[in-house]
Amino acid sequence: MSEHEYTPKSKVGKWFNDRLPLLTLANHLTDYPTPKNLNYWWTFGGILTFCLITQIVTGLVLAMHYIAHADMAFQSVEHIMRDVNYGWLIRYIHANGASMFFLAVYIHIFRSLFYGSYKSPREVIWIIGIIIYLLMMAAAFLGYVLPWGQMSFWGATVITNLFSAIPLVGEGIVTWLWGGYSVDNPTLTRFFTLHYLIPFLILGLVVLHIWALHVPGNNNPIGIDIKKPSKDTVPFHPYIVIKDGFALLMFMIVFAFFVFYTPNILGHADNYIEANPLVTPAHIVPEWYLLPFYAILRSVPDKLLGVIAMLSAILILAALPWLDTSKIRSAVFRPLYKQFYWILVADVLILGYVGAMPAEGLYLLIARIATAYYFLHFLVILPVLGFKERTTPVPLSITEPILGGSPNLAAVKKKDSFKDQ
Amino acid sequence: MKNFFRISFLIALFFGFQFNSNAAEKVEYLKTDWSFKGPFGKFDRAALQRGYQVYQEVCSSCHSMKYLSYRNLVEEGGPEFSVEQAKAIAASFEVKDGPNADGEMFMRPGRLSDKFVMPYENEKAAQAANGGAYPPDMTVLVKARGGGVDYIYSLLQGYEDPPAGVTLDDGVYYNKYMYGNKIKMSNQLSDGLVEYSDGTNASVEQMAKDVTTFLMWTAEPHLETRHKMGFKAIVYLIILTVLVYFSMKRIWSRIETKV
Repeated sequence: MSEHEYTPKSKVGKWFNDRLPLLTLANHLTDYPTPKNLNYWWTFGGILTFCLITQIVTGLVLAMHYIAHADMAFQSVEHIMRDVNYGWLIRYIHANGASMFFLAVYIHIFRSLFYGSYKSPREVIWIIGIIIYLLMMAAAFLGYVLPWGQMSFWGATVITNLFSAIPLVGEGIVTWLWGGYSVDNPTLTRFFTLHYLIPFLILGLVVLHIWALHVPGNNNPIGIDIKKPSKDTVPFHPYIVIKDGFALLMFMIVFAFFVFYTPNILGHADNYIEANPLVTPAHIVPEWYLLPFYAILRSVPDKLLGVIAMLSAILILAALPWLDTSKIRSAVFRPLYKQFYWILVADVLILGYVGAMPAEGLYLLIARIATAYYFLHFLVILPVLGFKERTTPVPLSITEPILGGSPNLAAVKKKDSFKDQ
Repeated sequence: MKNFFRISFLIALFFGFQFNSNAAEKVEYLKTDWSFKGPFGKFDRAALQRGYQVYQEVCSSCHSMKYLSYRNLVEEGGPEFSVEQAKAIAASFEVKDGPNADGEMFMRPGRLSDKFVMPYENEKAAQAANGGAYPPDMTVLVKARGGGVDYIYSLLQGYEDPPAGVTLDDGVYYNKYMYGNKIKMSNQLSDGLVEYSDGTNASVEQMAKDVTTFLMWTAEPHLETRHKMGFKAIVYLIILTVLVYFSMKRIWSRIETKV
């Protein structure tokens, strides 16, 4: 942000800004040059910030009324639903908010995949994003345990038991996680503590994510480097603020629909049954947003390898900037990649579907094929595609897309522009 | 705007899968018109009051209602009994209180602030009295079953003679809507079992519908407020969205790019 020479007009402002340049920061944020061709897929960053703040605020209120004790947690949730003023509203916003958060983050991630936003020079933004995503999954899982319903309890049992797959120390780690020899009160209290902590870690990482974004600036739908500021960019305020605001309102309408009219449709009915260590539910399924990874876990017959496969499925994303060898960012100019992209989207949706089904027969077979394809996409198709694919001509600027240019030319130009930065 | 259709399509796809996954192992449940369904749905007061009567006279001898208080019966959006009626209902139960100044527990008539009196001292006692099966608490029962109200409504009317080849143990009954078809609760409803004070004919179907409506309310006591508030919130959001849309068009008209 050092490129900004900004002097506040008032004396007080200048005095303060010399000591803590908050006004310079505010000025940077409002003037931040943004590509003017960003489409609505780019509005999900703002939407995600809204989701995070909503979860933190509603979560704080819930924590004031919730009791993290195995004997009282379920009852205290019912207390929130019945006796706390608008407690039902706060809880339904928080519970559906988690789903909305994941819906938005998946769109955000798949937008990056389509437009190659993870590629140089944005690798660090991408990796921070993957860490945020991992923490979100942890927070969501921990939060799902807190109502202490049947799915909470058995979900916690299944997931913590995964650690027992680690050779030699596995069993010890599980006991350590539980704080005992089964999921019980000590597990609940520590899960609550961690569930409270993680959102603030995410908040810190979001600041880094945005900071890292503001160094190279936004990618854009045609994926070329642009000069900033230029006629290709618009100041963040008011142009992007109002557009993000509009998209956020559309999102909030969907959100409100879930909260007010179908608040329980995304949850599992069994979680309205109080946790009972003696009764195992017929099917233990995680929340919808974790289903693709659950499918990968179950598609491997060996427990340890299953856990490794599941973790790799997420961590492989962190290596994506190096696995994708293509010099061209946007799928718009990559006819083959575009097709493989949509196959991947379908593959992940299929994994999500079979993740919700019992792991047997045809479902298991589909899960295995889909899992294999998932890894094939990242480990084989993407690296090879970068060398083999014939891309279409990339324009030289946003304002003059018609003039065109060859992909090679664009790549050369890109290299030069990195040196400038 | 084209992009919005794409976004909505993706959202629909995501949740389409979700609905699908919930619909696994679906049996065709009996259908009826629920007054509380839909964005403007409200409870039928009379049905709630009748439903309470069915719960009280039939279900409550085995099923607890531990998150409900007698005061809830008076509250807006519920059966809306008068305060006097609810006080009389509460007073008809003996509640264990104490310890008193002598350090002893004592029984007293119930008050509005009391929770619904439990049929059994504890879960073990409930199991002992019911052949080992624990009659589940009914407060959030409709939310705790996949099929929700339709499931409960159907189950109450789903008792049949077992098909040939199915043998049932003592104290186990055949119900075509029960998961696995075997249920430890016997058929509870029969025509004319209760006598409704409002003169409604107490058919099995009527009682099943009334008590299920009552259970929906016990599970979602703020349903009416939620529906009303949701309508206002969404109308507000839509108006604001339209205003912001036109502001956006105006602001972006300063530059040539389309939004």
